[in-house]
Amino acid sequence: MRPATEAELADILKGANAPLAVCGGGTRAIGALSGAAVQTGGLAGVRLYEPGALTLVAGAGTRLAEVEAALAAEGQRLPFEPPDLRALLGRGGESTIGGVVAANESGPRRVQAGACRDALIGVRFVDGTGAVVRNGGRVMKNVTGYDLVKLMAGSRGTLGVLTEVSFKVQAIPEAEATLLAEGLAPEAALAAMRAALNSPFEVSGAAHLEAAAAGGASRSLIRIEGMAGSVAYRLDRLREIVGPWAAVEGEASAALWRGVRDVAPFAGRPGAVWRLALRPTSALGPVAALQAAGLDHAAIWDWAGGRLWLCVTGASDGGAAVIRAGLDGHATLIRPEPGMAAVPVFPPEPAPVAGLTRALRARFDPRGILNPGLMG
Amino acid sequence: MQMPEPSAAILARKARIIERLRGALPADAVIDAPEEVRAYECDALTAYRCPPLAAVLPRSTAEVSAVLRICHEEGVPVVPRGSGTSLAGGALPTADSVILGVARMTAVLETDYDNRFIRVQAGRTNLAVTGAVEPEGFFYAPDPSSQLACAIAGNVAMNSGGAHCLKYGVTTNNLLGVTMVLMDGTVVDLGGPWAEPAGLDLLGVVCGSEGQLGVVTEATLRILPKPEGARPVLIGFDANEVAGACVSDIIKAGILPVAIEFMDRPCIRATEAFAKAGYPDCEALLIVEVEGSPAEIDEQLARIRDIALRHDPVEFREAENEDQARRIWLGRKSAFGAMGQINDYMCLDGTIPVSSLPHVLRRIGEMSRDVGLDVANVFHAGDGNMHPLILFDANKPGDLEKCEALGAEILKLCVEVGGCLTGEHGVGVEKRDLMEVQFAPDDMEAQLRVKDVFDPKWLLNPAKVFPLHVTAGRRAA
Repeated sequence: MRPATEAELADILKGANAPLAVCGGGTRAIGALSGAAVQTGGLAGVRLYEPGALTLVAGAGTRLAEVEAALAAEGQRLPFEPPDLRALLGRGGESTIGGVVAANESGPRRVQAGACRDALIGVRFVDGTGAVVRNGGRVMKNVTGYDLVKLMAGSRGTLGVLTEVSFKVQAIPEAEATLLAEGLAPEAALAAMRAALNSPFEVSGAAHLEAAAAGGASRSLIRIEGMAGSVAYRLDRLREIVGPWAAVEGEASAALWRGVRDVAPFAGRPGAVWRLALRPTSALGPVAALQAAGLDHAAIWDWAGGRLWLCVTGASDGGAAVIRAGLDGHATLIRPEPGMAAVPVFPPEPAPVAGLTRALRARFDPRGILNPGLMG
Repeated sequence: MQMPEPSAAILARKARIIERLRGALPADAVIDAPEEVRAYECDALTAYRCPPLAAVLPRSTAEVSAVLRICHEEGVPVVPRGSGTSLAGGALPTADSVILGVARMTAVLETDYDNRFIRVQAGRTNLAVTGAVEPEGFFYAPDPSSQLACAIAGNVAMNSGGAHCLKYGVTTNNLLGVTMVLMDGTVVDLGGPWAEPAGLDLLGVVCGSEGQLGVVTEATLRILPKPEGARPVLIGFDANEVAGACVSDIIKAGILPVAIEFMDRPCIRATEAFAKAGYPDCEALLIVEVEGSPAEIDEQLARIRDIALRHDPVEFREAENEDQARRIWLGRKSAFGAMGQINDYMCLDGTIPVSSLPHVLRRIGEMSRDVGLDVANVFHAGDGNMHPLILFDANKPGDLEKCEALGAEILKLCVEVGGCLTGEHGVGVEKRDLMEVQFAPDDMEAQLRVKDVFDPKWLLNPAKVFPLHVTAGRRAA
């Protein structure tokens, strides 16, 4: 089903009596969806864009590429650098902006500019009863009523089907540069990144690709963006902190970060792909555990260690038991390895939190028709 | 202001309830003497007062849990209170409620510079959070103007902002996790020092829920390294429209100031008479502050100057030293005090799309003349968060009502142009009855469902946020 209007979508949901698989372009869906597909591609179009107010409102089914092109034409962008996971997941098709929100997908710039949910200032959605709900709006500061905007970001269609999303956007800085070191051990790389982030020099990316992921020597990347003079100044100052790393500028720098953003080294590489959220100083733990268990793996740290991408090969459970045991954070299975045993895709939650989550789903989707079972 | 009738059954059981609370808490933590509970009868919205049944001042999450479990069993409403600085009546008690104050919970629990966070008890004041990390060169970004007094608990409840959120965001963008006690006494941890939630973003909906979903006892907050320096400029214009266009051009040019503050003529005149900051006598005035190294600041200010000069300002004043910087901020920071000198005032904080600024200021001027009450405007222009100050005389019969009516009209105007009722103060009781201006029944119903899940008996912070007639069925259930 591909409703052309919000009202049509509401009718579909009101009349539904069986599970529905809610998705945007289907380019980043994870876990098992069952039932008739409800696609949002018909709810498309940039509805309001005020560059002088840094705000954009678009139908949830608007292609991400269309949103990014409209912004780029005014020298602006989405601050949170949404990843393109198609190659990683082996999918075709077109990402929608609603799908980005439903998955709360953020890229390397999250360390500085915040996540998708931080840039999201308004939503419209149809809940599981078919009611149309609006929350937030088109202004950056809004504390009127409860913040369902945040709740919808990352809810993966389980509370309602997004029909419209509003963002705070940002200007594309005139310059970017990346400090690059090769061959560093992860301990040293992550320590350098934490030091860089603890400086006042506004790092907008901090990633380390293990040799197994970098294809050769390991690579450590620290990005800065801004006015040309400021970028040059901060490059110098950061080198005083991290050492004499090489500098890569302009498009070459941007290409490096697209690779990190889209987890390019794991595209086409066999294995189960995990995404971990961690305390940066605990970021080496899961890799040490995999090593100790003798499981073949490759690692990419982003957000100075706050995010860890793992590609684990040949483990019967994809490495789930080793990765999740005693983890200081949580792990999501982004791509299973063919033939591996079924494991929970989303991290299990402590009982009282799981109880709240379940009760919220039951209120927003009392008949359990919206991506049931997807998130637990 | 209509509040629900206090429950006669609860009032009748007061002695038993106090006794149970005393049994669970240290002796000095339960206050029920009428002259002492009076200290909790209102917050910074002083027009409305009501002494609570009792006030409790626990020192730990366990004590908070004990209090809530008892109140839950007894069916007693609980009003959480930070420092009581709410301008919206967010901590206004009802006669049958227990005030749960976190003022004694001020400890720093963990400071972690490597992972850039601090974990504090929620009663710690906003400024004391920065104070704890400042020696290491860090700060906590949200900076509401009450930051000397306001507690993190209240900041989380209201999702507080401040003058610098254009660059750093508001509380929700700087809050990593909370420990929270549900009304039935259950303790839950939401979020944590890691960046992303595991499942639904419950932390996101708790922040800004005005103490109606749980009592936040601990908060994990992101801390940031302090910038190398900051410098403001003052730009005067002879028309609000031109100042508004200048703001828009600065933003469009890709410069990200940490603050863009706007004052209109009535506000400039009042603060000048009070603080004598040396502001030009003009129609509209902007204070724009940028951060970085001296050279980076020069680079940004040179661009701002180019943009401003294209708008033919009556004044462009750059701070050449600390003292001049202080004087540029002096008037802005004195604005509320200055108003207090001349009159009683009511401060609104509706937010509007930046593009509607000239239209909204013109309409506010017209409405102010029609009603016969002066309105001065000072606000965060970069993000459209208005702060119209309506001046009235509390001793003049009918003036408060006239002021409130004008305030309601101004907030309706904010919603009409695509904005909202409140950008950072919260709804509280003050804007409760205007919620239907902004939200359709289904919009509100979705929010009420969240409340149903967290607080099924509707005991936490009653009679706030939603119009009473909307919640009547649920509160009675």
